[in-house]
Parts: sequence; structure tokens; C-alpha cells
Amino acid sequence: MNPKDIFELLKKEIGDQALELVEKEYHDPFIVVRANSIVETCLVLRDDPNTLFDYLVNLSGVDDKDKFVVVYHLYSLKHRHRIVLKVYLDRENPHIPTVERVWRSANWHEREAYDMFGIVFDGHSDLRRILCPYDWEGHPLRKDYKTPDYYKGIKVPL
Amino acid sequence: MGLLNRLDNPYNISPGIVLGTMEDLLNWGRARSDWYLQFGLACCAIEFMALNASHYDLMRFGCIPRTSPRQADFIIISGTVTLKMAERIKRLYEQMAEPKYVLAMGSCSICGGPYWKEGYHVLKGVDRIIPVDVYVPGCPPRPEAFFDGMIKLQEKINKQKIFEKRARVAQEDAKNGNIGNIHLPHGWEEVK
Repeated sequence: MNPKDIFELLKKEIGDQALELVEKEYHDPFIVVRANSIVETCLVLRDDPNTLFDYLVNLSGVDDKDKFVVVYHLYSLKHRHRIVLKVYLDRENPHIPTVERVWRSANWHEREAYDMFGIVFDGHSDLRRILCPYDWEGHPLRKDYKTPDYYKGIKVPL
Repeated sequence: MGLLNRLDNPYNISPGIVLGTMEDLLNWGRARSDWYLQFGLACCAIEFMALNASHYDLMRFGCIPRTSPRQADFIIISGTVTLKMAERIKRLYEQMAEPKYVLAMGSCSICGGPYWKEGYHVLKGVDRIIPVDVYVPGCPPRPEAFFDGMIKLQEKINKQKIFEKRARVAQEDAKNGNIGNIHLPHGWEEVK
């Protein structure tokens, strides 16, 4: 299926929760979805026999200065087509339901997004830091992150 | 240079007799059987694996990999030291028995490498947590460069003091004017 058909399918299944389809020649076409309907959207995309997105390629966070973006790259091993989902989150209080129950591999991806950006995935079974030490302060890939001068008595800047 | 090189002294032809101190003998043994901690960090460890394989054959230096820090003589910091890993490296170094040496391999472990400015999680040089004996620059260093560092380490071990170590090092430093106000133990001022 091409992205237009996938967007039409989503419109039929979840109504106006699917906000828009953006297609430009210089990036992968993506569909913007509301945060509280992401699990429903993913279940539709995974289980519909015309889409069958059974593989979550990547789940990443983006700091877009005025908002956070969670990006889902999906791929279907059967139909060999792909789609990108995006969810825009409030910068002050970034919360989004987890898709860990849809694709198990989302577990570590969501932990990484939480570690780097502080995006909280509600319902996640084990939302700990995955890359930084557990006692790390702040979320390093945020644009307003300040590198600390000392970490446990070790000087950090050059 | 080494103990056995004295057999090749053209001015002193002797039937296989080498005169030397006990320290020479011990240092000769130590320099030629350096066991290292088998411990890789980042991409330098790939080069380090090549070093261990048959083509470059690190074992000809008498180096045998040990998987326990208590049996190792030196540690090779082969790659980027993150702050998370820095604590572990420090603990490994503290668990090693004296005499112990540190060989920093590659620019990451020397100064942070490509992460020297923006790396929020990278230790900018492993010498901020443990003392380094030999620095081997490169990104990553060629095995030949590592061998040069290994020879430097052997030279350093050859020259080290074993008996009355602290007093003699202090005496030498005082003589060279390196450190002021060194209080030598009683009776050491007269020894030349």
C-alpha cells in the first residue's frame, strides 16, 4: 500500500485521531497521530491484513525546540512497505502511552527516548535509563541540557 | 639495554657470565612477562584484537591475557572511556596488584578524542582517574604504534627501582630538584 491508502485506512478506522499525511520528495512520508490514540493506531496498522506492519524498525525522540516528537518507523515484512508515524508532544509535560504491548522491541527504544529526552511512556513495564548511569541528572539530548562540571568528583569539561 | 644484551658487549668478551644487580634480574623478568587485563572498550579494542592474533602476535612480548585484574600486570585502556565506565575502570585498576602499569591506547583515552568538546558523557582523558605510564596516540593506533608503546613500557620497567623504592625515588627527585622539601629517611643523605 502507498502512504495515501494507509492514511485513508487510518481515517476509516480511527477517525480524526489521524491528523495529517505529509508527503514531500525529500523525506519519508509520515502520518501525524494524536498521542492518546497511538496504541489504537499501531494495533490497526499491525493487524489489518492490508498493512501488516509487523516490524518496528525504530522508535526515536526528537527535540524540536517548541515540542517533542516521537517517531515510529514501521515496516511490513510480508508486504514490504513502510510508513513513518509522528506524535507531537507538549514540551512541558511529555507523556505518551507505550506501544510495548504492540511490538516487544519498543521496550528498549522507549527507554532510550526516556533516557535522552525525558519523554515518559505511560504503562511501560520497566521505564529506567538505558544508556546513562541510573543516577544521571537531566536528559542529555534536550536542546537546553547543560553539561555538568563534575560527575562524582570527576571533572567533565575539557 | 636489557640484561642479556650485556652478553653481546664487544669490549668485554666473557664466557656467558653477566654481572648485574638483583634489580636488573627482577626487572628483566618483569619486563618480559607482562600479563595484561583482557579488557576492551571501543573500536581500539578491534585493533587490539588484531594485535593478539597471529599476524602481529603480541605474545612475543611475553604478554598473556588475564581475565582477572588480580593476575594482571598492566591494563590497556583501549577506547573511549565513558563516565559510566570510568568508575569500573578505576575499580579494576585498584584491584590490580603492584607493580601495575597503564597503557592508554588511542586519542579517546588520552584526551577524549572526537568527543573532546561535545561529549557530555565522555571522560576527557583516562589520566583524570588513574595514572598513565605510556600514551599511544592514534585513532586507532596501528599495531606497530602499539608495539612502540610496549617497548617504551619495557624500557620503563627496566629502569624501575624495587628495593627501598620510595626513598631512592625521593632522593633522585631531590637531586634533580623536582620536588622541594623531601624528608629522606635517616641515613639516606650519605648514600650515593
